[in-house]
Amino acid sequence: MITTTGLTKIYRAHHARDREVTALDGVDLHVREGEVFGVIGQSGAGKSSLIRCVNLLERPTSGTVTVAGQDLTALVGRGPRAGKELRKARSRIGMVFQHFNLLSSRTVQDNVELPLEILGKSGKERARKALELLDLVGLSDKAKSYPAQLSGGQKQRVGIARALAGDPKVLLSDEATSALDPETTRSILQLLRDLNRQLGLTVLLITHEMDVVKSVCDSAALMENGKIVESGTVSELLATPGSELASALFPVSGDASADDRTVIDVTFHGEAATRPVISQLSRTYNIDISIIGAAMDTVAGKQVGRMRIELPGRYEENVVPIGFLREQGLQIDLVGTDPEAQQPVLVKEGAK
Amino acid sequence: MTWSEMQPLLEQACWDTLYMVGWSTLIAVVGGLPLGILLVLTDRGGLLQNTVLNKVIGQIVNVGRSLPFIILMVALMNFTRWMTGTTIGREAAIVPLAIGAIPFFARLVETAVREVDHGLVEAVQSMGGNTWTVVRKVLVPESLPSLISSTTTTVVALIGYSAMAGTVGAGGLGDIAIRYGYQRFETGLMWITVAILAVVISVIQFAGDHAARTLHRRGGRSGRPLLLRPLRGIFSGTVTTEATKTR
Repeated sequence: MITTTGLTKIYRAHHARDREVTALDGVDLHVREGEVFGVIGQSGAGKSSLIRCVNLLERPTSGTVTVAGQDLTALVGRGPRAGKELRKARSRIGMVFQHFNLLSSRTVQDNVELPLEILGKSGKERARKALELLDLVGLSDKAKSYPAQLSGGQKQRVGIARALAGDPKVLLSDEATSALDPETTRSILQLLRDLNRQLGLTVLLITHEMDVVKSVCDSAALMENGKIVESGTVSELLATPGSELASALFPVSGDASADDRTVIDVTFHGEAATRPVISQLSRTYNIDISIIGAAMDTVAGKQVGRMRIELPGRYEENVVPIGFLREQGLQIDLVGTDPEAQQPVLVKEGAK
Repeated sequence: MTWSEMQPLLEQACWDTLYMVGWSTLIAVVGGLPLGILLVLTDRGGLLQNTVLNKVIGQIVNVGRSLPFIILMVALMNFTRWMTGTTIGREAAIVPLAIGAIPFFARLVETAVREVDHGLVEAVQSMGGNTWTVVRKVLVPESLPSLISSTTTTVVALIGYSAMAGTVGAGGLGDIAIRYGYQRFETGLMWITVAILAVVISVIQFAGDHAARTLHRRGGRSGRPLLLRPLRGIFSGTVTTEATKTR
């Protein structure tokens, strides 16, 4: 649905060519239709530039952006202003902002009507659509209020209703929950999730909060210094050994309780995650298993995550049970201080 | 001088002042508003970035603002004659008053419009709005309280300028105060003129502040209270207030 290839954005200081800042450095991103895709990174990583390049609020220095099969970069005229075609394309991409960006001089309803005014819809049609959208985001009683009379969460709901006014297929969310408290964040994310499911909306969101990715995203990408470092669906990321995103999303910790124990990380993703493998293991080999730590989540109806378990005996004694787990299609990483273990220390704490 | 002698004089003077200030304010707003917006749009990073145009407009505005009004009035004599057919009287005074006020108002507009959050501009662009939409739906309505304050400031400044219009025989309150009060030692009449000016300015300032504040409150951006300063500018002759103080 959204594809960027070799997207590069370089900011040049005025009249000083030697002072350049590369905000985006050859970003290839692919967001599938109907998914919620999260781009996570620290401030200054280039997330903001990336999302602004998708609807060309920022003009990329090079590279292409394709949204819903339309090459937007081809619509850019020579001048600095956006041409008619590009503006039309933008109106089909909704965008929500960190600071809501509602017009303080307009009522809630008028704010939602604004994109419809730009599209040249009649007054009656605008009012009908705006009220329908306000109902969808649960704010039908606030239509005549002014933004200043609303709480942060309510303002963002108005922002979302406004973004949906043009019946977009794609929604861009620029740190939409970063100015909100945790509880409100959850309710806004839930709303985005619901809209994604109900309307088949493709959502590209950028955030610096791992929890946001964890709670709503189907896929995620990690951005550092203007580059995408890791990218994929949540289970693909989990399947990638040493994935920073996966260990941040599913942090496990804990050490062996005694020397003659084997500690392993079991990563659940895909089919194996649906079977009770741990109890099978216990029964088949008649061993006692302790769970030291676990970070599990249900993504799209499947259990995914990581579990750190402890088996009695050293690694050599546990080759067979570990082999059993591998046979089940689980990814096993040996954790521990044993210098002769095949895999070195894999203790990577989560971001938080 | 008795009251019955003063009354028609004062009445006529009041109308003259209102007439001159009213028309010149109207022209200043019509001319200064687009100019001020253009100053913001053509500035570096603006929607219509055009450094050359920005510099040119900025320079014209600066020159227009820095010329003392009385000199502007004399300098514009020929233009005034071309516009109105005469260089004396109320109509003739309106031309330099308006031309003097346009750059003044344009700068105030520029400051007011610059205060509008860029995020709002971005939001409208993301909806597919063009520059004209941004001006119409964002820049003007969002800065309206400040624009009203700026208009108030301009009106008060114009009342000050209009006192000098007496030199081209345009009449007005200032003219009365100088000709009768100062030159003929009619102290009583002078004080009455001063009192009338004080009341007029207070009323205008109060009405302007009230309107701006009502709009502001509706928009509800708290933390930037408008100070009620109805008496400001009365004793400072030509008024040199800044719109930023009102906001």
